[in-house]
Amino acid sequence: MIEVKGFSFTYPTGSRPALHDIGFEVGPHELCAVVGGSGAGKSTLAGVVSGTVPHLTGGCAEGLVQVNGRDLADTPLSGLVGQVGLVMQNPFNQISGARFSVREEIAFGLENMGVPRDEMAARVDTVLHDLGLTKVRDRSPYELSGGQQQLLAIGSVLVMRPTVMVLDEPTSQLDAAGSALVFEALGTLREQGVTTLLIEHRMERLARAADHVLVLDGGTIVAKGSPGEVLADERLEEWGVAPLRYTVAARRAAARGLWPDARPLPVTLDAAAEGFGATVAHLDRGDR
Amino acid sequence: MIVRIDSLTFRYPNGTTALDEVSFSVSAGERVAIVGPNGAGKSTLARHLVGIERPASGTIEIAGRRTDGLGIAELARTVGFVFQNPDDQLHAASVTKEVEFGPRNLRFPPARRKELVESALRRTGLAQSRDAHPHHLSLGERKRVALASVLAMDTPVVVLDEPTTGQDHASVVLLGKLVDDLGADGRTVLAITHDMDFCAEHFDRVIVLEDGGISWDGPVDAWLAQAADTAGQAFELPQMTRLGRRLGWEGSVSTVTGFLEHLAPGADPAPAVSTAP
Repeated sequence: MIEVKGFSFTYPTGSRPALHDIGFEVGPHELCAVVGGSGAGKSTLAGVVSGTVPHLTGGCAEGLVQVNGRDLADTPLSGLVGQVGLVMQNPFNQISGARFSVREEIAFGLENMGVPRDEMAARVDTVLHDLGLTKVRDRSPYELSGGQQQLLAIGSVLVMRPTVMVLDEPTSQLDAAGSALVFEALGTLREQGVTTLLIEHRMERLARAADHVLVLDGGTIVAKGSPGEVLADERLEEWGVAPLRYTVAARRAAARGLWPDARPLPVTLDAAAEGFGATVAHLDRGDR
Repeated sequence: MIVRIDSLTFRYPNGTTALDEVSFSVSAGERVAIVGPNGAGKSTLARHLVGIERPASGTIEIAGRRTDGLGIAELARTVGFVFQNPDDQLHAASVTKEVEFGPRNLRFPPARRKELVESALRRTGLAQSRDAHPHHLSLGERKRVALASVLAMDTPVVVLDEPTTGQDHASVVLLGKLVDDLGADGRTVLAITHDMDFCAEHFDRVIVLEDGGISWDGPVDAWLAQAADTAGQAFELPQMTRLGRRLGWEGSVSTVTGFLEHLAPGADPAPAVSTAP
């Protein structure tokens, strides 16, 4: 459970707040996506919810951030281990540098948590399998491609089974197969009751996977709601967020009477196919 | 041919073959997307073009010269390479100094250098951040600094490794325009990308790398027309291609404009939205 109320934050060297008067809640079994342009405050928000901001960055914070009922202002980072997992934007920054193989790297967090050896091996193997990393398990983390390193960073957090997951663009360097694996893993976590906050640029996957979408612009929340409401909003581009091509095509079609009246603009392939299917049927009848 | 690669083979020190007998040529002004699954050898191929990696066998010719006798510094006059991770290439204390570094080393005269730096900053949307320290910028902005520093070297060939990752919408729009402009200027762009919408909207040709070999090389539209759309593969076809197929259309549409033209010819003369061609 994540609860944020009236939260503002300014970096030590910042002249204005990176986040201003932020409020939202994400419950267990829920995936909340955060979108916005560069510099909107998305990564700062990920840091806030995972406790690294302001604990590691310093700076001035006001307002409330609670994770699983604990006030993060009074909780040292060590108190969040095993509860909150953070997957950082650049996987290279997340690799420990202290382990020589992918398998050992994934086990690193569990070793530090003192998980028994047999259980550790089983959990590591499951994660290797789920993220398609089994065939590179004995390679050095530094010999992996960018995408494989990203899967490794995700795996090393997943394996600790946190109840709250915060992911900062976890699929940015992944191919479609890799990001499908990540979204599958996120879906499984959601079923298991994990609370997820996901920063993501892949709007199509997000539209299908998220329960709620928050839009950040200049450090404030400018929109929140279901993916269908938020991603079809005509102000999306002003907020620095890419509209889906489905939505753009339907909006342009609607301006020429080629999108069914009263039907909401689509944010998924299914909804677009249904709407344009109706248009095609209508045009076909007109032709006859 | 500005780039000619013949039977390029490369093995990692541990013996793994990353590239196996790869051959292709690129002519000046072509915009080529290199796509393929993670670990297929795409970045390794790109690193060969700038001499960071050297082939185990096979040859690379850039602008008519074999690269095996050329040092990285010499190759840098012809091929600019923008790394996937900008932190692999940024080192200066301000954006301007970073962007100036290349043209200074290539000994462009001061006036020409200034012109190149200004043009690169403008094209990458960084004119406002010229005095910032690169490491105080966001990842997306740092990627654009890395891109600007390569553009300022005015190389006939520009190689981009995953240019759109970590970029917000405005920057992706800007990158698309940049690729179009470079092509129009007769400069050659090779870009590694996973973003098939970006590929369909801004590139002429696609080279598909799989397991270290080329499995397709040809026009983007021809590739899309025959590409399978199955779950679990490396590529997700462009949104409009999948929508067209779902509607049972024959042939291939890949852009919003192409889709609307197919839906009702002549009904959408001017794009109402500027960003998705």
